[in-house]
Amino acid sequence: MSELNWQENLADYRNTYLPKITNCQDLEALDGLRIELFGKSGWITLLLKTLGQMLPEERTAKGPVIQDLRQILLTALNEKKTALETAALNDRLATERLDMTLPAPSFPRGSVHPVSQVMDELAEIFADMGFAVAEGPEIEDDWRNFTALNIPETHPARAMHDTFYFPGKNADSRDMLLRTHTSPVQIRTMTSQEPPIRIIAPGRVYRSDSDATHTPMFHQIEGLVIDKGIHLGHLKWTLETFLKAFFERDDVVLRLRPSYFPFTEPSVEVDVGYSITNGKRVIGGSESWMEVLGSGMVHRKVIEACGLDPDVWQGFAFGTGVDRLAMLKYGMDDLRAFFDGDNRWLGHYGFAALDVPTLSTGVGTGVGA
Amino acid sequence: MKFSLSWLKEHLETEADIHAVADCLNRIGLEVEGIENPADVLAAFRIAKVLKANPHPQADKLQVLIVDAGDGPVQVVCGAPNARTGMTGIFGPAGAIVPSNGMELKVTAIRGEMSNGMMCSLFELALGEDHDGIAELPDDAPKGESYALWAGLNDPVIDVAITPNRQDCMGVYGIARDLAAAGLGTLKPLKTPIVAGTFACPIDIRTDDTDGCPAFYGRVIKGVNNGVSPDWMRARLKSAGQKPISALVDITNYVMLDHGRPSHAYDLAKLTGAVVARRAKDGEQVMALNDKLYSLNPDMTVIADDNGVHDIAGIMGGTHSGCSDTTTDVLLEIAYFNPERIAKTGQALMLTSDARSRFERGVDPGFMGYGLELISSLILEICGGVASEVVKAGEAPLTPRSISYDSAYCAALGGVEVDAEKQKAILSSLGFGIGMDWAVTIPTWRRDIDGPADLVEEVVRIVGIDNIPSTPLPRGEGVAIPTATPMQKLERKMRRAAAALGLNEAINWSFLPEKEAAAFGGGEWTLTNPISEDMKVMRPSLLPGLLSAAQRNMDRGASSVRLFELGRRYFKAADGSSDERLTLGLLLAGDKTPRGWASGKAVKFDAYDAKAEVMALLGAAGVATDALMVMQEAGDHYHPGQSATLRMGPKNILASFGALHPATAKIFDLDGAVIAAEIYLDAIPAKKASGFMRPAYTPPVLQAVTRDFAFLVAADLPSGDLVRAIKSSDKDNIVAVHLFDQFVGQGVPDGQKSLAVEVTLQPDEKSYDEPELKAISDTIIAAATKLGAVLRG
Repeated sequence: MSELNWQENLADYRNTYLPKITNCQDLEALDGLRIELFGKSGWITLLLKTLGQMLPEERTAKGPVIQDLRQILLTALNEKKTALETAALNDRLATERLDMTLPAPSFPRGSVHPVSQVMDELAEIFADMGFAVAEGPEIEDDWRNFTALNIPETHPARAMHDTFYFPGKNADSRDMLLRTHTSPVQIRTMTSQEPPIRIIAPGRVYRSDSDATHTPMFHQIEGLVIDKGIHLGHLKWTLETFLKAFFERDDVVLRLRPSYFPFTEPSVEVDVGYSITNGKRVIGGSESWMEVLGSGMVHRKVIEACGLDPDVWQGFAFGTGVDRLAMLKYGMDDLRAFFDGDNRWLGHYGFAALDVPTLSTGVGTGVGA
Repeated sequence: MKFSLSWLKEHLETEADIHAVADCLNRIGLEVEGIENPADVLAAFRIAKVLKANPHPQADKLQVLIVDAGDGPVQVVCGAPNARTGMTGIFGPAGAIVPSNGMELKVTAIRGEMSNGMMCSLFELALGEDHDGIAELPDDAPKGESYALWAGLNDPVIDVAITPNRQDCMGVYGIARDLAAAGLGTLKPLKTPIVAGTFACPIDIRTDDTDGCPAFYGRVIKGVNNGVSPDWMRARLKSAGQKPISALVDITNYVMLDHGRPSHAYDLAKLTGAVVARRAKDGEQVMALNDKLYSLNPDMTVIADDNGVHDIAGIMGGTHSGCSDTTTDVLLEIAYFNPERIAKTGQALMLTSDARSRFERGVDPGFMGYGLELISSLILEICGGVASEVVKAGEAPLTPRSISYDSAYCAALGGVEVDAEKQKAILSSLGFGIGMDWAVTIPTWRRDIDGPADLVEEVVRIVGIDNIPSTPLPRGEGVAIPTATPMQKLERKMRRAAAALGLNEAINWSFLPEKEAAAFGGGEWTLTNPISEDMKVMRPSLLPGLLSAAQRNMDRGASSVRLFELGRRYFKAADGSSDERLTLGLLLAGDKTPRGWASGKAVKFDAYDAKAEVMALLGAAGVATDALMVMQEAGDHYHPGQSATLRMGPKNILASFGALHPATAKIFDLDGAVIAAEIYLDAIPAKKASGFMRPAYTPPVLQAVTRDFAFLVAADLPSGDLVRAIKSSDKDNIVAVHLFDQFVGQGVPDGQKSLAVEVTLQPDEKSYDEPELKAISDTIIAAATKLGAVLRG
């Protein structure tokens, strides 16, 4: 074979196979070409074998030419293979198209009741002021609910509390009742722990009263500070600080009015200023007033009844409605709905599990937050 | 307590308007509940002259009037027979609202004649009963002026809430005294009417019950005419919300409202023998002025004569001896009753009255003599008659009480510095006597004052509580110290874990109907005085409340209910005190998943959903749930074959769960499977605080190996027993046993089932070789065989 012929022969092969590869339509045919070229008795394989029989000079001359041809055809095969594979994958994916507007399975969304949420908020705020959370039974004796709180049997104030009673007496011959307020927790705390005391006591309370704005069961929170040198000014600061933190507003204005509770002296009722915005009461300013808290300096007789020396220890107590705080902050207007367990109401007014009140994020959970 | 501004000004010299008065009342602790001016609704009604009264051309009973109410002649059609030319009356123009019926007057044609308003009767203006004709005013009444202003009706009425301690302010005079002390005006001195008796009291008066009635003053007034009380008195009574009745009754009511001092007038003709304050006899009865019959007992004090009881002392008089139109001679009674006894009697009889509310708070024992003279003088002035001498039986408790006070206490307790002289002035103006070294004498009308703290309150309320400077509570160094107890932390964690699992938190009533409590083992606390039968027994379980809530939701068309509650169950401790156990109850009803394009039909909840929730919640509580025992005895309210308890040790039940018994569900009108669980938070052992450091752990380097085993076991063998046996057969190597198949049917003999488990083995230092794996496998099979299991080929 003349040199010229050899060269032409190689070029012919290249010119025959390259279009074959390029025009190949499927992977199977492409594999056939691969075998024709690179199989055991493929043309390129055989050509490469001829290199070993050549004289060194010839090899030096022809080797690179053969290698070039091999590389060109191999590259063409690989490129075509990738292209055909990609095309095949795309064809497959095209058949696997899903309607992504179809609904996916949903996770049920649970909720925390607004009363629980607000109690957690209150615990968070008061913890920052050094108050622990104290608890007591809801079925109480009349000594802790009334007598120790300076409400003797014939006191007209007992009539202010529409009390639920149980038959029989406990081991101390005391009448048993449903606590009408969280104040017996004051007595339990003072009789069981040494001052100084700073507690809040949230919980269920009961009065036999039922109409559009009263339910026979509702929630109160009690606060108690017993220490040396505590006076009305501290009470005022505590309530201001608490309400500002709870409503997360600096313009919370309080109006303190002298009042009467048998277990405090002096007694103070606290009004908070509000305005009407979009038909809802919004806390802040001093346009109108509403009563939110009862409070006062703990009566000497109460401190004495708990076995403490009222000449050494004095302090203040306050109480307010948790349901009411929740309504004022989050805008519910029907107390009865709090205790109805309506899925829809709970879903709307309830809080997400992860809405844990913290001081760094603000204790409240805002709409859209 | 309601009263008009003019009434207040009878006792208080002041230029203050109604709003200044209201502000001051609020500031000093007399809470204003409302202000109403009767003139407001009458603002449109003016005095008018009837210029001409002509017959209506179309109607015999109507007249066409031309009236002038200051703006010139206007035509009005009027049906009143007394309408006539030249008279003066009250005109309501078009646009005015008629107070008696709320109708708006309009320009209208009546039988073809235009009418531009209405000439009014006093009835139409809600000022009287008289509707026989239009109101007739004196000829000199000024045409065009507001009727209400001319008639003196522009007198706003204040409604004040009096706290139980302030009996002294249950009369207008006492309120005036408080306002004067607060600087709103000057208290006018009381007139001192002394009515000289002209004859000896003809009836014997005494008190046989000096505990219940320490003092009883009385006198007779003869020859009275019990007619209508004067306009000024009627107006004041009306402003206080009291209906005028007759002069004698009105006078005693007026003095009660003016001075907070109840008294009673008996028709002397109805009395026989001595009038005595004594204890009631058992079963003695009296028909009271509210027309109800009361049965009395010896704990109650009464006023009686030879024939029986005439008055439930200090609470309500009897009808028999009450004053009527025909009364000519009266016996006046002004007595001091023991406040505690009045309270007890009132509570026992469930009888409230204006008199009771004052006596039980303690009236001023120093006012008896003056009060009797005041009432006598009013009777003589209004009803005529002659008065007897006064009889005073017994003695009122008038021993002066005093308190040793330190003016520095005001700052120490009240938080505000008030100059000692200023404190003295405030207390003096309230009637306190200030002696040497601050010995403070309490006025007889202030029964509520019994210690220095009360005096601080008096000073600060007059100074103004708003003037107390806010004082920060001392604060510890550094950030706030955590305060929550382990139980509180557990409760908060469980609540949010339940919400995170997709459950909605409900708050249900603590009390149940008896029937519902009974279905859950019965409650240990039943109310004596429930508000209704539906709220009677303290709940022994959280499930009834959740079931009722689920039923309400279903009735509203809900397809799926996932509820939980975290609250207490109520039991009785051995000593009769309350044993309240914090519990988390949860309830699943309806669809677990709705029908779906991929999932097909809706899937209902089943008992395993309850198990899943309970396991997740206990896990959140930090309980090692793998170690819990699954046992029976979840309670009769559960399906006997689809419920269980989870226990830590054989006795300590942490939770119960399962499908509800259909009979229980039926009580709550619930159909279909209802799934429930309760977790007893009080049973979860408290974790010992051991700092923040976790036990050391490095994930194993070598890969875990899994091996599957299938066993034939008795059909009634709890699968958990097999899993537990395998797991504990080689604790060094087996780290998990997962039951992945349960099969009954072809290839499985009757009375047996096939259970398949995947066992995970974790090599430690070096990989397992075949003999080791064979040994572990043999151990597993041996452990299973002990339960009667046979390895399937």
